[in-house]
Amino acid sequence: MSATELPLIGDYSTPNTELNGARIGVITFPGTLDDRDAARAVRMTGAEAVSLWHADNDLQNVDAVIIPGGFSYGDYLRAGAIARFAPMMDKIIDAANSDAKLPVLGICNGFQILTESHLLPGSMIKNDHLKFLCRDQVLRVENNSTAWTNQYAQGEEITIVLKNQDGQYVADEKTLDALEAEGRVAFSYVGWNPNGSRRNIAGITNAAGNVVGLMPHPEHAIEAGYGPDHTGTDGLGFFTSVLTHLVGGQK
Amino acid sequence: MPRIVVDVMPKPEILDPQGKAIVGALPRLGFTAFSQVRQGKRFELTVDGEVTEEILAQARTAAETLLSNPVIEDVVNVEVVAD
Repeated sequence: MSATELPLIGDYSTPNTELNGARIGVITFPGTLDDRDAARAVRMTGAEAVSLWHADNDLQNVDAVIIPGGFSYGDYLRAGAIARFAPMMDKIIDAANSDAKLPVLGICNGFQILTESHLLPGSMIKNDHLKFLCRDQVLRVENNSTAWTNQYAQGEEITIVLKNQDGQYVADEKTLDALEAEGRVAFSYVGWNPNGSRRNIAGITNAAGNVVGLMPHPEHAIEAGYGPDHTGTDGLGFFTSVLTHLVGGQK
Repeated sequence: MPRIVVDVMPKPEILDPQGKAIVGALPRLGFTAFSQVRQGKRFELTVDGEVTEEILAQARTAAETLLSNPVIEDVVNVEVVAD
C-alpha cells in the first residue's frame, strides 16, 4: 500500500481495530472497467478489498460485495444480461437473499446487473437522448437507512460522476408507486434529469436495505484532487456506510 | 439445418429511443409514409438435427430467461424455420 493509499478516515493501523477485518469483495467480469477504482475506495476507507472473479464460485467469506461499472460482455444482448448468469453472481444472489443479507452495491453496469438478476426491480434502457454522457451530477439522498447510505443525512445533496449510455431507469407505474411509497428510491437526480429516468430515479434499494444500485459512480469521488470539480469526496459515504453497517451488525 | 427464430420487441409502453431516432431519419431520405418505428431483436438458434417439442420448449424458456428481459421486452414470436 503506497502512502497515497492510506485510509482517509480514522487510523486502522493498530492491529485488531474493528474495521481492519472488514473484507469487501469487488467482482470483475470480462469488460469491467471500474473494479480497480472500487477496490481503491474500499482500501482508502480502511477495509480490505477482495478481488472476486466472475467465473469462480467462492465468495471468500467477504462481508459485502461491490459490483462495479464498465461494459461487461460489451453490453451485448442487454447491459448486464450475460454477466447476470455468471457463477459468482449465483453466489451473490443467494447471499443477498439469505438471512445474512449480504450487503451488495451495484454501480452503473453493476446496477444493470442487479436489475437483470431481479435483486432490484425495473430495468435500464438507452438514455432518452441516445448519447453517452459524462458529467458531474447532483443527487439527493432519499433513503439514508440502507447499508450503503447510512452515513449521509436524509435529503443531503451530493455531487458524483455520472457516465453511461444505458442509464434511463424504467419500471411499470405500479412498481414506481411502490418504490416511492416504501422509501425504496435511494437517490434521485437533482436539477436536471440526465437520461429520462422515470421519476428522476438515480438509484434504488431492496426492501431489506442491503442491496443498493445506482447509475452514478461514488468510487470516483473519494479523494480531493480528483472527482467532481477536483475537490469532491461526496462518494466516500457509500464506503464508510457499509463499514458502519458491518460494525453495527457485529455488536 | 433447422433454425428456431425468436423475435423480441420492446414493450409497447416502453419508449424505444432507437426507433424514435430512426423515424426521425426516414423523412430525410424521402420516406415520408412511416409515422412510427420500433426496433426489436431477432435471434436464430440453429439445431443440429430435428426440432422436437422438447427442444422448442427449451427455446421458449431461453427466450423468456436470457434472450429477453420481461420488464422491458416481449417475446413476440418463436418459430421453426427449415432451410
